[in-house]
Amino acid sequence: MKAMKELTGVAAALRMINIDTDMIIPKQYLKTIVRSGLGKGLFHALRYDDNGNDRDDFVLNQEAYKNSKILIGGDNFGCGSSREHAAWALDDFGIKCVIAPSFSDIFYNNAFKNGMLLIRLPEDQVEDLMRQAEYGSNAQFSIDLEAQTVTTPDGNTHSFDIDPHRKHCLLNGLDEIALTLDKGEAIDGFEARQQQAHAWLTPAT
Amino acid sequence: MAATTLYDKIWNAHVVSTEPDGTCLIYIDRHLVHEVTSAQAFEGLRNANRKVRRPELTLAVVDHNIPTTDRSKGIDDPESKLQVTTLRDNTSEFGVEYYNELDERQGIVHIIGPEQGFTLPGTTVVCGDSHTATHGAFGALAHGIGTSEVEHVLASQTLVQNKSKNMLVQVNGKLAAGVTAKDITLAIIGETGTAGGTGHVIEYSGDAIRSLSMEGRMTLCNMAIEGGARAGLVAPDETTFAYLKGRPKSPTGADWDAAVAYWKTLKSDEGAHFDKILTLDASKIQPVVTWGTSPEDVLPITASVPDPMSFENEQKQASAKRALEYMGLTPGTALTDIPIDKVFIGSCTNGRIEDLREVARIAGGKKVADGVHAMVVPGSGLVKKQAEQEGIADVLLEAGFEWREPGCSMCLGMNPDRLEPGERCASTSNRNFEGRQGHGGRTHLVSPAMAAAAAVTGRLTDVRTLG
Repeated sequence: MKAMKELTGVAAALRMINIDTDMIIPKQYLKTIVRSGLGKGLFHALRYDDNGNDRDDFVLNQEAYKNSKILIGGDNFGCGSSREHAAWALDDFGIKCVIAPSFSDIFYNNAFKNGMLLIRLPEDQVEDLMRQAEYGSNAQFSIDLEAQTVTTPDGNTHSFDIDPHRKHCLLNGLDEIALTLDKGEAIDGFEARQQQAHAWLTPAT
Repeated sequence: MAATTLYDKIWNAHVVSTEPDGTCLIYIDRHLVHEVTSAQAFEGLRNANRKVRRPELTLAVVDHNIPTTDRSKGIDDPESKLQVTTLRDNTSEFGVEYYNELDERQGIVHIIGPEQGFTLPGTTVVCGDSHTATHGAFGALAHGIGTSEVEHVLASQTLVQNKSKNMLVQVNGKLAAGVTAKDITLAIIGETGTAGGTGHVIEYSGDAIRSLSMEGRMTLCNMAIEGGARAGLVAPDETTFAYLKGRPKSPTGADWDAAVAYWKTLKSDEGAHFDKILTLDASKIQPVVTWGTSPEDVLPITASVPDPMSFENEQKQASAKRALEYMGLTPGTALTDIPIDKVFIGSCTNGRIEDLREVARIAGGKKVADGVHAMVVPGSGLVKKQAEQEGIADVLLEAGFEWREPGCSMCLGMNPDRLEPGERCASTSNRNFEGRQGHGGRTHLVSPAMAAAAAVTGRLTDVRTLG
């Protein structure tokens, strides 16, 4: 996994609640067997018209926001399907951080596994961030993961919470599977105890 | 000892290790795999030269991409075909049991787990699919995961998790005629909203839940995720044990007795703490239908399309306005005046035998309305076979329904079954998101009985008014 310590860039505001993962990446992009290249399908229905041309009214199509690194959304961002393709698509497009009042649990996990940072902030602060994001491409936001702060173009600093384990993995770009496999003895021990107590758990073949 | 909830008990029984910050390594007893969310996980294992730790705890099936018409001729769509053959090759390489599209046991992943007795009470169950919540009907802690976590489970049989909060949803009293588990689960989401369960595991209780069949409990838990909860749970009881006894992968002999003795201990203690509690009166729940593009946009069938300005804040007003534009609906229209083009009966929510019996009961002896295309997609090959043996398939064919091969089908339209732009569908599936059943398609979520009623009248219909 890629490490992330700091992030500075333009933020795009998407003023919608319940942005679901079908909206982030629709079904036609789920037939891939690789993780890469999904940025072109990001927000497909919002981004392209029926002829496949860019919709001018969609924020990520506008010149100032084409290189956004941060996305600011409404409540319950990433709800619906568990498709990790949603995180892969955002990452491939260049979005490394999403800020919203709340996220669905599965999307929240998926994003961190891909080296992305998701930040929960209260609704009034998210509203303030959206307002400043609309200043355009000169409006740079800075995120400091170590200090757990977002600094806006106006110079306001907002603190955010993140659990220590996720923060540690992201700061150091750790491979979670390797970390877990280092605990092989604990897993062996658990399996032995479970087999003793609940032999019925082994499925019939 | 402090009183604990059912969720606490299953969680505590699966903690392998705990970090100083409270993050836990949780053991996973059952892992289900399908073709859409697994290819990249197996690829990850291969790249890191890792094995599947316990292949016998993973069961794979193909469901999302396959056509629901004759499959002996293969799959036309090259991308779908590649995804299916990739799963076949991966399961063969890593030694995982796999049901292909010609296997009688094949079906939607959340239907075949319980059907095979792979899903058991007190276990942890995961799958790269959000509707894994379904398995909670058995008192299993079951939730959807992403592909990185699929890889993690394959490699280590564990997941890194933070414990969720406990939420109790009590549904007391008796359901009225024509009201089903689907109406209960939609009515709950109507109360809580699609984020009401976020960060929580829901336990469903109350006599209305207790009186549901296993099929009904699966429908209920299936949509826990639409209310934002990662998992839903129903404590196991005699109904659960009767369903599981004799299934191919269920325990047998002394193992069965030991299992049942343990399963009987799986319930929340008197006085256990819940962080959130919602109580509903079952007798007040009516047959419901969704009018918008989120499962929380739900109303009794007797209501009318709402006015966006009636919502509490600007964001919700904007969201409702957008939904009505997408759905092509005008505020004030009676829901029963909305004509439909298609009917979809199936999915992991409502593709089980009891659902198909209900459709046959309502539509039997009637005809699908002129101009309506109605499709029934059984949830598995075994459900299909049973429905054919019971004569349900004949009743439905006679009424003018199409009778298909099992799979996810038009719930999400990854295979050729989908809505055309502007088409309106009464659907027994679980999501009415924009474009979910096909680009520009308009979905109204309903129960199987309500879908059958809509099929024969050609419009959204209160099933209680059908003779």
